[in-house]
Amino acid sequence: MAKYTYPQSQDLQNFVNARYRTAWVWQLVFLSALLIAILSLSALLLNVADGAFGYVVYEFKKDPATVSETPLAELTQPQLLALLQENLSKGAYTKLDKESPMEKRSRDELYNLLIERVIQIKIEKTYNLFDSLLHADVIRAEVAEKYPDATLEFRSWLTPAFLTTPMSSKAEFAGVRTALLGSLWLVAIAVALALPVGVGAAIYLQEYARKSFINNIIQTNINNLAGVPSIVYGMLGLAIFVRAMEAFTSGAIFGVTDSNGRTVLSAGLTMGILVLPLVIINAQEAIKAVPDSIRQAAFGVGATRWQTVWHHVLPSAMPGILTGSILAMSRAVGETAPLIIVGASTFISIDPASPFSKFTALPIQVYQWTARAQAEFHNIAAAAILVLLALLLTLNATAIFLRNRLQKRF
Amino acid sequence: MQNTREQPLSPPSGFRPGDLRRKMRLSEDIIEATLFFVGFLTIFITISIVIVLGDQALLFFADPAVTVWEFISSTHWQPAIGEFGIWALVSSTLTTSAIAILVAVPLGLSAALYLSEYASPKARAILKPVLEVLAGIPTVVYGYFALLFVTPILQTIFGENIGVYNMLSAGLVMGIMILPLISSMSEDALSAVPRSLREAAYAMGATPFEASVQVVLPAALSGIGAAVIVGISRAVGETMIVAVASGATSKFTFNPLEAAETMTAHIARISGGDLSYNSVDYNSLFAIALMLFLVTLVLNLISQWVVSKFREQYE
Amino acid sequence: MQPETPQYAIETRDLSIFYGAFEAVKGVNLNIEKGKITAIIGPSGCGKSTLLRAFNRMNDFVPTSRVKGEILLHGVNLYGKEIDPVEVRRRLGMVFQKPNPFPKSIYENIAWGARINGFRGNMDELVEESLRGAALWDEVKDKLKQSAYALSGGQQQRLCIARTIAIQPEIILMDEPASALDPISTLRIEELMQELKKNYTILIVTHNMQQAARVSDYTAMMMLYEDTRSGTVIEFDKTDVIFTRPTDKRTEDYVTGRFG
Repeated sequence: MAKYTYPQSQDLQNFVNARYRTAWVWQLVFLSALLIAILSLSALLLNVADGAFGYVVYEFKKDPATVSETPLAELTQPQLLALLQENLSKGAYTKLDKESPMEKRSRDELYNLLIERVIQIKIEKTYNLFDSLLHADVIRAEVAEKYPDATLEFRSWLTPAFLTTPMSSKAEFAGVRTALLGSLWLVAIAVALALPVGVGAAIYLQEYARKSFINNIIQTNINNLAGVPSIVYGMLGLAIFVRAMEAFTSGAIFGVTDSNGRTVLSAGLTMGILVLPLVIINAQEAIKAVPDSIRQAAFGVGATRWQTVWHHVLPSAMPGILTGSILAMSRAVGETAPLIIVGASTFISIDPASPFSKFTALPIQVYQWTARAQAEFHNIAAAAILVLLALLLTLNATAIFLRNRLQKRF
Repeated sequence: MQNTREQPLSPPSGFRPGDLRRKMRLSEDIIEATLFFVGFLTIFITISIVIVLGDQALLFFADPAVTVWEFISSTHWQPAIGEFGIWALVSSTLTTSAIAILVAVPLGLSAALYLSEYASPKARAILKPVLEVLAGIPTVVYGYFALLFVTPILQTIFGENIGVYNMLSAGLVMGIMILPLISSMSEDALSAVPRSLREAAYAMGATPFEASVQVVLPAALSGIGAAVIVGISRAVGETMIVAVASGATSKFTFNPLEAAETMTAHIARISGGDLSYNSVDYNSLFAIALMLFLVTLVLNLISQWVVSKFREQYE
Repeated sequence: MQPETPQYAIETRDLSIFYGAFEAVKGVNLNIEKGKITAIIGPSGCGKSTLLRAFNRMNDFVPTSRVKGEILLHGVNLYGKEIDPVEVRRRLGMVFQKPNPFPKSIYENIAWGARINGFRGNMDELVEESLRGAALWDEVKDKLKQSAYALSGGQQQRLCIARTIAIQPEIILMDEPASALDPISTLRIEELMQELKKNYTILIVTHNMQQAARVSDYTAMMMLYEDTRSGTVIEFDKTDVIFTRPTDKRTEDYVTGRFG
């Protein structure tokens, strides 16, 4: 073989160094992909924060001084009630009274009603957080020039009241109370369906199923279901739960009369089916991780298969199953498309009280408000996103906590 | 029997041949049957999807205003005047998905290579959660981000040429959404390549970079292909980003700067409104959904098949 | 001993290899003669492979591994600060226990290593010459473009040897190269080694004592310290000495099969 066909000595040194340089350059290229991911995530979060806080310019349609001589903030509940009766049309008052008796409403609720219906704030313009922080002077000058009578106020759109007030057609009075409760109902129903069915299916596939055609089909099918677009589940829910099973999901067979199939129950069941493959796959992983020695030990002392599963495999796999279920829950909290299809109501101010209630949910609210043209709705969409992300964060933190706390057994 | 107390560890005295016979355990059988039924339920879900979508889709095609040929060939979708050409919706689904894949595949693959080949355990511990958080953000939030952050930026770049609603913004953000999926599946594929291959490369005097890009990467290619296919399936089925950011007019166009409605966004918009059951419009949604289901099903099946072949190769 | 004399291809000086706090191999001093086959034998788990992998710095990939002492190639310590492990591996080729061809064509399996190492010359010639060198040419000359995975285990292993000699190493390290092969393939590999030693120095780890006796010129006997479970070389000599009149009682027990 011809010698010296490879670079030698100094030549070799340079050659190897050149190869290292190439590797280094590519390393930077690869790293930049992760930097883009980090940048995107930061931009997304900052973009939401940007919308959730900032200056607001508003005017009163009616001067508060003409409504009451004492400053509004100092009025008591009976005084507010009297003012509302005085200033609202009879029809409007009766309608409000019918929704929930006016006498029984709290002072704060009445106060908000007075501002909303009588004084009538009109939002002229809203500014986002970074504008508000960086160009406060420009904003002040612009407001002084264009809206001389208006008030300029720095406002957080995410307030305690935002969490506790129901929907409103005016952005400044709208809250996510009904949406938050709707989301919780949804998740509860979805988990009630998906957890037992999912864990059962996982146990069957991991502990009982022998290699057979039908079991192979079941496994492949579950993997496929996990990849079906969520909107298709929405169509399934619409056709089966909302329409075919309307008598059940509307509560008609339980004596509920004022409802159709577009209830929180229909949506919850749809969501349960949507997360089912996820629950199964996660539970399978958890069961797979239980060492065989445990099963052999159980069989060795004469346990039946179910005894082995129930007393040994399931307790060991439980942390993993719980973690997987919580992750499935966070999927259910964030899904939007199926809810649109099965008919989440977009404007609803009454708390969901039973499975047969009409409902809305957090992501639906985000969608609706984002789709509105007025800027102030984008602000409350941002605030609603913060609530949604906080809820997801809580769920995931719980999952991580459970995993670390319970899974150090093997 | 009275002796058992005194001799706790001795084997039972007396063995009858019948002792080892299989016993009837009714409760065990019931439990196994129940578990099988529950497992089989998942197949029932798929069957329901096919029946529900197929049934309504058949009603749609049975309508005198609709022909199958028009559905698969026409480029006009205007239910109001009885035009049902799926291409008006498919074109934008293809455009947004293509943009998403063009963003997600190079970025996702690069991220996977960095994480599996370069990152120190410490760097991994920081970088990996970033991708996991990205994967956990609800798509409607991505929609908000596309409409209120990416679109304004695109407007400063393209000026008048781009509208408030456009496919480019939706596609780009969808790419970011799919990135973690591609990256984690690719990483799995890379780490499934046996150590011995990597060692073979090192032993030939390869640098770690040469080993990973010229030996490990090609060996993991089919697994990465599966990741891309799943990514496409996700992009095609994604609803909320396009519903928020890419517009509400069905239009046959491949120009990413224009607004056009995808199949999913169309279903979401129409079914979100007041729609009477059993109208042609209503049934048409099921025809679209059936198409979506079949396309994603085929893509997912291919991907699963590729992954299982890939695993076999190294087992 | 004259450590600096050039007849030694590679030498170790008080070489110890650690995994974390555990000392897997302790205090090894070996002078490997040029153009000879040196076998490393010993019971399982005594650190034979660990020692072999230290020569071309494959242990670098075990995060907790660490080396004390020196391995000298031409008097240069391979574990010196300025040493590039990539270059080390080019000069000390390695053949692994299980055949591990790249999932590429037979041709590419050889060409790839040559290419990344900056080969200038006629690639076809190199491939042919390497395959001839590994006694594989006649079997594969008509299917160079086919996948290396289509070859039998023994052929794959000879292909791995071919790609190793294609980059012209000085020393070839073989880690139980025939343990995954059938007797006939094993025989062919052994014959091949006799051919190869004309050009290369070969270090082979084997747990097959007959093989060591058949193929090697020198043999290093490794054993575990009872107390620390560290492996070390207890005896190193010409192979016939080790197998016929070893000085150490443990070696005698082992080679005569009385070990255990």
